Amino acid sequence: MLTFIARRILYSIPVLLVSSFLVFVGVTKTFDPLQKFRIGIKDPNALQRAIDRLGLDKPVYEQYWKWLKGVLQGDFGVSYRTSGEVWPMITRSLGFTVQMIFWGILVALLFAIGIGIFSAIRQYSAADYALTGLSYIGVAMPAFWFGLILIQVFGVWLKQRLGWERSPLFFVGLHSTDSKGLNLDYARHLVLPVLTLSVQLIAQWSRFLRSSMLEVMSSDFIRTARAKGVPRRRVVFRHAFRNALIPLTTDVATQSGLLFGGLVITEQIFSIPGMGRLFLDSLAQGDVYVVLAYLMVTGVFVIIFNLVADLAYGLLDPRVRLS
Amino acid sequence: MNMPILNEEHADLELVQGAEPVARTQWQLFRRRFFRHKLAMLGLVTLIAMFVVCFGARWVAPYKNVTDLLVEPSGPSWKHWFGVDLLGKDFLTANLYAGQISLKIGLFTALISTALGTITGAVAGYFGNWVDQILMRVTDLFLLLPSLVILAIALRKFGKSEFGIILVLSGLGWMGIARIVRGQVLSIKEKEFVEAARAIGGSPSRIIVRHILPNLVGPIMVNASLAVAGAIIAESTLSFLGFGVQAPKSSWGKLLSDGKESIATKAYLIYFPGLFIIAITLAVNFVGDGLRDAFDPQAKH
Repeated sequence: MLTFIARRILYSIPVLLVSSFLVFVGVTKTFDPLQKFRIGIKDPNALQRAIDRLGLDKPVYEQYWKWLKGVLQGDFGVSYRTSGEVWPMITRSLGFTVQMIFWGILVALLFAIGIGIFSAIRQYSAADYALTGLSYIGVAMPAFWFGLILIQVFGVWLKQRLGWERSPLFFVGLHSTDSKGLNLDYARHLVLPVLTLSVQLIAQWSRFLRSSMLEVMSSDFIRTARAKGVPRRRVVFRHAFRNALIPLTTDVATQSGLLFGGLVITEQIFSIPGMGRLFLDSLAQGDVYVVLAYLMVTGVFVIIFNLVADLAYGLLDPRVRLS
Repeated sequence: MNMPILNEEHADLELVQGAEPVARTQWQLFRRRFFRHKLAMLGLVTLIAMFVVCFGARWVAPYKNVTDLLVEPSGPSWKHWFGVDLLGKDFLTANLYAGQISLKIGLFTALISTALGTITGAVAGYFGNWVDQILMRVTDLFLLLPSLVILAIALRKFGKSEFGIILVLSGLGWMGIARIVRGQVLSIKEKEFVEAARAIGGSPSRIIVRHILPNLVGPIMVNASLAVAGAIIAESTLSFLGFGVQAPKSSWGKLLSDGKESIATKAYLIYFPGLFIIAITLAVNFVGDGLRDAFDPQAKH
């Protein structure tokens, strides 16, 4: 087990290094971080001073090496855009992203488990067909479109129809300006972005759980349990559901890792100052150190969650041995 | 592989009682199963209809594809089914012309990324050893690289043309099929018929193309069909973030991203392009399901 974890971590280090190097070269060669000096400022020496200060006249590999040395000592460099330290920028926005992911996955799991179990035990019923249809649409829908529709319906249409002064659900940020913590205001801000984030996950996971439930339900040990008189409810939840969860766990863990990078759209639509927005703003202005820090953080999360996915599989299902 | 086999559906045997059982080739069986898949047929018809109305927009569209600032923007009506956009163009017409680029991007991205993935996967699986190691590490790398960074860089370099977008999306979409093909090739290459082909002196490229890949037509086609949907959604997302095709060119994603500014007053500008995207994605997914069921009737999913 320990060697397995160690091997996986060791093996992902070169991949992270190579990808960070490629991104570094790509971004520095494509985008011009000094654009603001070139247009705005009249002082001809300002440009040269900025180049010296940022070390932009050095060869690319030297700049990369300097960055890498810094990272190993916990220093992620300074942002071109804001001239502030990169790491505090990352931690500040990471908080928002982690909140979104937490609620998104929680909501997605609750709905997916409910729908998955329901449509498995009521296979081929009208409700099963309806839910299947909805899940097809859920997968086929661009996430940002769904977000826009939610805003239109809750923010505009319902408000006009029902003559509300303010919509009960908000779609900018995660808090009103003078509010903090877990309260009603937070919940009213969360509903729409969390729905946007989780609708596709709900669709995918509920399909997934439905088919693995059906597979487990048709296996011999379920028939045995029913035959010896275990009540149906108990068979569904204690015997079938627990087994059907095993493949879902892997999927949930893998996708959760990917979500760290994939929040870009939701954060953009709902103006949440998370990692995705930070990344987009930085990328557009060639702020390479922020982009790299983003890459490192999301990369590490992807790697950790993939590892968790494999470990969870082994723990939940003793038939699978890690080698 | 082409040996005729009996159709396993008993209903057909009863129909031809007394007569000789009908022999069918694999391909005939596949076609039968596919064309009897109701959802797949619905998807196929939708898909063909969509291609016809979009690429025949010049003849089908109710209005000319021009902006007319004298026409006021207005919601759906009998005169303009989908309303009129901000620049006074009939919105149904705008959607049909936008579909041309979205469909083109979807189709070509699927073709190129499937070809890339199939070649990579087949080479990695067949040659094994260090070739496999290197190619699979490259695949991992592509999976980890944030696609938006590659997109932003590539689009800055190639310009935001349809061709550039197709190339970039293909370059980012080949990893899944590569892994699938590699896994399948790993097991197929151990089979006797491959050994036989090698024994009579078949070159690796011949063995891969003529003997191994025909066995993988199923998963490859299923993946290619799903890739069309993936590419159309990816393109719309790119447009939304400002990385898509530029005016005067237009795609469904571009229409959506133009419409988002007037979401409060002209909601129809975001509803209709989205419905087109959903319709095409659903159709493609249904066709994909049909293909999967037809190629592999025993598989559960």
